Amino acid sequence: MAQSETVILDHLGIKRALTRIAHEILERNKGVKDLALVGIRSGGDHLAAELQRRIAEIEGEDVSLGAVDITLYRDDFSTRGILPVGKTDIPFPIDGRRVVLVDDVLYTGRTIRAAMDALFDIGRPRNIQLAVLIDRGHRELPIRPDYVGRNVPTSRDEKIHVEFDESLQPIEVRILKP
Amino acid sequence: MVFRHKHILGIEHLSRDDIQTILDTAENFREINSREIKKVPTLRGKTIINLFYEASTRTRTSFEIAGKRLSADTINISASGSSVSKGETLEDTARNLEAMHPDIIVMRHAASGAPHYLAERIGCSVINAGDGAHEHPSQALLDLLTIRQHKKTFEGLTVAIVGDIAHSRVARSNLYALTRMGAKVRLAGPGTMIPPGIERLGAEVYTDIREAIRDADVVMMLRIQLERQGKTLLPTLREYARFYGLNQENLKLAKGDAIVMHPGPMNRGVEISSYVADGNQNVILEQVENGVAVRMALLYLVAGGESKE
Repeated sequence: MAQSETVILDHLGIKRALTRIAHEILERNKGVKDLALVGIRSGGDHLAAELQRRIAEIEGEDVSLGAVDITLYRDDFSTRGILPVGKTDIPFPIDGRRVVLVDDVLYTGRTIRAAMDALFDIGRPRNIQLAVLIDRGHRELPIRPDYVGRNVPTSRDEKIHVEFDESLQPIEVRILKP
Repeated sequence: MVFRHKHILGIEHLSRDDIQTILDTAENFREINSREIKKVPTLRGKTIINLFYEASTRTRTSFEIAGKRLSADTINISASGSSVSKGETLEDTARNLEAMHPDIIVMRHAASGAPHYLAERIGCSVINAGDGAHEHPSQALLDLLTIRQHKKTFEGLTVAIVGDIAHSRVARSNLYALTRMGAKVRLAGPGTMIPPGIERLGAEVYTDIREAIRDADVVMMLRIQLERQGKTLLPTLREYARFYGLNQENLKLAKGDAIVMHPGPMNRGVEISSYVADGNQNVILEQVENGVAVRMALLYLVAGGESKE
């Protein structure tokens, strides 16, 4: 089957989008007080680290950074079977914090539901916000992002791939059509 | 991810990759055990029966906690006080349990091969929690996880296992697991406690504990089973302690950073001196802690079946 691939966001485009999102997060939360970034493995954790760097450049302060693995919170365990379990690493208390969940691609919303369940097992954040690089639509749950890099209308049989290099920097976003 | 085992009956059937997968999964489960809310919803709705035909505190509790932390319903059945003591055969017990549709049965039995017998006759997964003098896979895996945390790799390590090798399922499972991962295994004990031909499984055999311990990275002491072998294979416990017990004197022969392990329950003053058991080289309670994570990994891996990705 022939597949066609199109780059929909290049390295520079991703950089600009992340810089804008960093500013929006700071604007909405009026600074970095009580703020925490939690990336969803794998992909969102690298983007969360990028956002942390940008916020540090803008505000001169490091915000807390964590990563959450949602494998154990999936709702398709009985149909999909086992997937490798990653490590949840949130080395700070999240009680009372404004937690920004970060993911690369927002699709059905089920991953975000699982990530929120994972957060509630760890603590009680003051609020949870959602930042995504790509929103491709097709939500199956009442979930919407607070910060979006780019909205990309897709059909369900297309795939979105966010490519990272060895130093975990995002390089480009491609759309794969069947 | 590939893990194609419906049952965990012994280390003998696990490949190097399988062991790696189990240890990596367990390593990531450890974080859950340090949370305030030590529970994830993964195995919600699954039923796990702990079927224990032999006394056990550590292993049974560890499996029970592992199941509960994954949100499975765990039920314990022990031989005393159940239909087993009323004369029911293993096959009938198996059929009756199956009628209740469990997803996993964790089984301990005094007869070698009993979990294999059950696995052939029942539709659900079976995990061996120790069968006779045969295997105790979850114990070996938790030992490996503990060793890996301290030594990073198995390649080139020397592990001395000392005690009643012949009757030890812990020794057998560890021998399979450690040699498969590239470690060198030395077995030591009185001649009456070394099974003939064990060298063929890749071990070096010693009758002098001092030679076995010399320059070892890991010293694993086995429990002398006072209630079973104590009387026939040993002249006296004091003599055993003198020739095969680990103490601060002979431990000095091992590498300076060697770790001391024991699967429990310990006979202090027999196979291990209290000084060593409480000393700074002992990792015995870390083994227990890792036991929960390893058993969570095993339950997760067999409950999920094969990934369709």
